[in-house]
Amino acid sequence: MPEPSFLIIQSLNGLTLAMFLFLIASGLSLIFGILRVLNFAHGSFYMVGAYLTYQFVSLFINAPGYFWWAVIFASCTVALLGGIIERLLLSRLYLREELNQLLFTYALVLILSDFARILWGTEQLSVSRPAVLKGAVDIFGHLFPKYNIFIIFLGPAIALLFWMILNKTRWGRIIRAASLDREMLGSLGVNVNRLFTVVFMIGSWLAGLGGALVSPIAAIVPGMDVEIIIDAFIVVVIGGLGSFWGTLLGSVILGQVVSFGILVFPRLSMVFIYVLMAIVLILRPWGLLGKPSQR
Amino acid sequence: MSRQNWLLLLITLLVAGIPLTESRFYIFLGTDILIMGLFAVSLNLLLGYTGLVSFGQGAYFGVGAYTCALLMKKAGLAFPAAFLVSAFAGALAALIIGVFCIRLTKIYFAMLTLAFSQIIWAIAFKWNSLTGGDNGIIGIAFPPYLDSGARFFYFTLAVVVLSLYVLRKVVNSPFGRMLTTIRENPERTEFIGINVKLFQLMSFMISGFFSAIAGALFGIFNHSIFPDILSWPQSAEVLIMTLLGGMYNFFGPFVGTAVMLYLRLQVTSYTQYWPLIMGTILSVLLFFFPGGIMGFLQDLRVFSRGKK
Repeated sequence: MPEPSFLIIQSLNGLTLAMFLFLIASGLSLIFGILRVLNFAHGSFYMVGAYLTYQFVSLFINAPGYFWWAVIFASCTVALLGGIIERLLLSRLYLREELNQLLFTYALVLILSDFARILWGTEQLSVSRPAVLKGAVDIFGHLFPKYNIFIIFLGPAIALLFWMILNKTRWGRIIRAASLDREMLGSLGVNVNRLFTVVFMIGSWLAGLGGALVSPIAAIVPGMDVEIIIDAFIVVVIGGLGSFWGTLLGSVILGQVVSFGILVFPRLSMVFIYVLMAIVLILRPWGLLGKPSQR
Repeated sequence: MSRQNWLLLLITLLVAGIPLTESRFYIFLGTDILIMGLFAVSLNLLLGYTGLVSFGQGAYFGVGAYTCALLMKKAGLAFPAAFLVSAFAGALAALIIGVFCIRLTKIYFAMLTLAFSQIIWAIAFKWNSLTGGDNGIIGIAFPPYLDSGARFFYFTLAVVVLSLYVLRKVVNSPFGRMLTTIRENPERTEFIGINVKLFQLMSFMISGFFSAIAGALFGIFNHSIFPDILSWPQSAEVLIMTLLGGMYNFFGPFVGTAVMLYLRLQVTSYTQYWPLIMGTILSVLLFFFPGGIMGFLQDLRVFSRGKK
C-alpha cells in the first residue's frame, strides 16, 4: 500500500488531466447538444490551439505577460477558424444523414493534421511555463507544479462561468432552447443558423483554449489530435452527450482512472477505459447524467 | 445470363489475367485491392444495405487476421483450417459485440462499435505475450503451395469472387430485401411483424464473417500484422473507400477501394501528404457526389436516357 501523501499527489495529477479533458470535452458536448454533430475535428482544433500558442509565444516573446496573450490569441483564432468552417461548409450538410456530417469532420481531421505538419513540421515543439507559475509547491513532502494547481482551479472556474451563461442569461436560455427544439425556436424568431455558428465557435474556442493551456506541460506533436479526441469521446459518452455536469463528472472519472489505473494495472488501464465506455453505452446509452433523447 | 453477369464475368477474366503481365507491382496492387475491396463490400452490407454506421469494422478484420496468424504460428494449425476458423471467429466476435450494439441507434450505435473496436485494439496492443503488442506478429509464412505472388493472387481472387457471389446472393435474397426495408424505415418494418433487431444482428454477423476473411488474407499477404489494423483510423478509411465508390451500389465499395488504393500508391510516391489529399477527396465527395462514383455514373445514365 503506497503512503497516503503519494495517493493525494496521484489524484491531483488525475485532476489536472481531468480539467484539460473537461475543457475539450465540454466544447464537444456543447456542439453535439445543440448542432447534433459529433465533431471528430474537435481534437484537431485542440492541436491547432497548441501549435498557434507556440507560434504566438515566439512572436510576443518580448512583451510582458506574453504567454497569456498567446493563449488568448491562439484560442480566439481557433474559434474564428471553427466559425468559418461551420458557416461555409458544415452548415451545408445539416439536412443530410448524420454519416455525412461525421465523415466531413473526419475529413477535417485529415486536412488539418497535414496542414499542421506542413506549417510546423513533425518535430516536437514546446512552450515554457509563464514566469508566475514556474516552480512547484510542497504538498505533504511531494513537489507539485504550480502550473497544474492553476489548471485545477481554472477548470471549475470556467465550468462555473459557462453554467452561469447557460442558466442566467438570455443567450444561455436560447441555447438551451435550441437543444430541445430547434424548429420551434426558429419559428419564434431566433436566427438559428447564426446561433449554430456562435455555438460552434464557442465549442472550438474551448478546444483551442485546452490546446493553448496544455502547451507548457505537454509536447506539441502531430498526432495529439487523434489521441485526445478518443479521450474526449469517452468523457462525453460516460457523462452523457450534451450534458454539462455529465461532462465534468466524466472528465474527473477518466482522469482518476488514468492516473490510478497506471499504478494498479499498468497493462490494462487502457482496456479498462474502453470497457467503462462500453458498459455505460450498454446500460445507459445517454450517459450517467444525460437524459434519454425523446426522438 | 443477364448483361450485368456477362460484364462481371468479363471483368473477372480480365482481372485473372493480371499475373500474366508478370509485373510484381500489378500483382501486389491487385491482391491488395481484392482484399480491401472484400472488406469494404462486407462493411457496406451494414452501411448501405442495413443502414447501420459501423465505426469499428476494423475489429472483425483484425480478429480474422490475428486468429489466422496465431493459429498458424502458435498452434501450428494448417492454413486451410486456420483460415476457416478465423472467418467464424470474426462472425462470433460480431455476434457477441452485435448483441449489445444493435440495441442502440444512429450515433450511439456508431460510438459503441467504436468503443468495442478500441477494446480489441487495446488488447492486441497490450497483450505482448500473445500478440506481440506494438511489434505485432511478423514472419507469417505463406503456405508452401501459395508461396508466390501470382499463386496467392489467384487464391485471393478465388476467395473474393466466391465471397462476393455469396454476398450478392444475400443482398438479393428476401433476407437482403428485408435489410433494405429496415434501412428505409425500421419502425414500419417492425409494424409489419419483422424482428428488426434479429435481422440487424444477422447482417452484423455476416458482415463480420466476411471482414474476418479479408483480414485473414491481409495478414498472410503482408506476412505480418500490427495492432494498427484494428484502430479506428483504419475503420474510418474503409468507410471512406465505401463512400467513394458509392454505398447504394453492390460493387460501389469495390470500385472505391480500387480507385483509392491506386491513387494512394501513385500519390505517396511523390508526396507524404496523402491524408491531406484523402481529406480533400472526401470533402468534395460529400458536398458534390454523395452517391460516390457508382452513384454518379448511374445519375449520368439516367440523365442521358432522359435526353433521348
